[in-house]
Amino acid sequence: MSLIIFLQETAVNYGAFAAIGAGLAAIGAGIGIGQIGGSAMDAMARQPEMQGKLQGSAIVLIAFVEAVALFAVVVSLIK
Amino acid sequence: MLLRFSGIFTLIFFTLFSANIFANPAGNSDDNKEFDVNEMIMHHIKDAHEFHIMDIDGHAVSFPLPIILWTDNGLVTFLSSKFNHDDSGKVVVDINGQFFVKYHEKIFYADNANGDKYISYDETGNVANKKPLDLSITKMVFSMFLSMLLLVLIFVATAKTYSKSRKGEPTGLGKFTEPLILFIKDEVALPMIGEKHYQRYMPFLLTLFFFIWINNVMGLIPFFPFSANLSGNIAFTFVLAAITFIITTVVANKDYWKHIFWMPGIPVPMKLFLAPIEFLGIFIKPISLMIRLFANISAGHIIILSLISLIFIFKSIWLAPASLFFSVFISLIEVLVVAIQAYIFTMLSALYIGSAIEEHEH
Repeated sequence: MSLIIFLQETAVNYGAFAAIGAGLAAIGAGIGIGQIGGSAMDAMARQPEMQGKLQGSAIVLIAFVEAVALFAVVVSLIK
Repeated sequence: MLLRFSGIFTLIFFTLFSANIFANPAGNSDDNKEFDVNEMIMHHIKDAHEFHIMDIDGHAVSFPLPIILWTDNGLVTFLSSKFNHDDSGKVVVDINGQFFVKYHEKIFYADNANGDKYISYDETGNVANKKPLDLSITKMVFSMFLSMLLLVLIFVATAKTYSKSRKGEPTGLGKFTEPLILFIKDEVALPMIGEKHYQRYMPFLLTLFFFIWINNVMGLIPFFPFSANLSGNIAFTFVLAAITFIITTVVANKDYWKHIFWMPGIPVPMKLFLAPIEFLGIFIKPISLMIRLFANISAGHIIILSLISLIFIFKSIWLAPASLFFSVFISLIEVLVVAIQAYIFTMLSALYIGSAIEEHEH
């Protein structure tokens, strides 16, 4: 945490670029989560009896994709 | 649901009354200053030497925590209330002839040379004062102790229910904890580590899961003894990831190291190419564990606080319903996210340990 505070205190204000970076990360995560959601729906339609398992793993995968987007958010937070 | 709403209202209440003091990091007594969202959010995300509860008429109400310093003259302890809520290096605390000031949540030796200014700066604008070694029980440490206490209470109570039950059937609290423990065993430990070794790692995995989860959930509860952003603190996640890293490295068998430095079954140039990548992978895996948890939980806190702050950014009460609705919505998502993150951290730890002790047949 002290690293972030240190960087915040010393770095120039790149706020606008940080916002663009966060936006790009959101696009990436959106595409990723969309793919996972779409494939999960396809799979559920094909095999409705697997719905429970598919839902569980889809949520976990979405959490993974989201984490990558949040890495970017952290980087843009550091600026 | 009623409880959640009352929690959200408490959060708004705190945010509303905290606005003035958060907006004045430099200690200006100017009350009409713009509300600084960044400052307010970072104040919440960061660690602190006192547990700030709320402000009444601009006067901070907080829970004092002990400050423990290892100074030039040995151990010094006092309560953070001696600083009088000051965080800008204006209040000096005199303990047995040693003078301390608190500046941006760091304790420094007071610099008496500059008259009434106790903080001196070097050319780059950083604080030049000397610092004692700070071993204080801060907000985060307090929160961690509380979570440990809660975990011990929950699991001792769970263990007691089994001594009373017939044939080891779960009763009482056991009905809540047993499915979770079985879930970690059946869905995490068994598939990732394998039947032969999984029992050795169950205590570690269960501790990881419940410790992360209870701290995540405590961070979501927006009133006093809770609400610290503990699992969104990179030091906290670093230590947890470091434990996983140490276990993985220590228990790793010959095959694991062979697959890193001299991957079998591929041509030699490829082996040379892969070795440094695989070697870096040893460190990148726990680092990604560390950043994933830190980023997810911090982001959750930041999103909820930003949504509440919208009211103050636009200075309109009419935005409050929308802001409230979205923060309730995000809070509900966060309840899911914190459980998933605890599960993912545990699962990946199990996966890394499992890959380290896996036996290959070539």
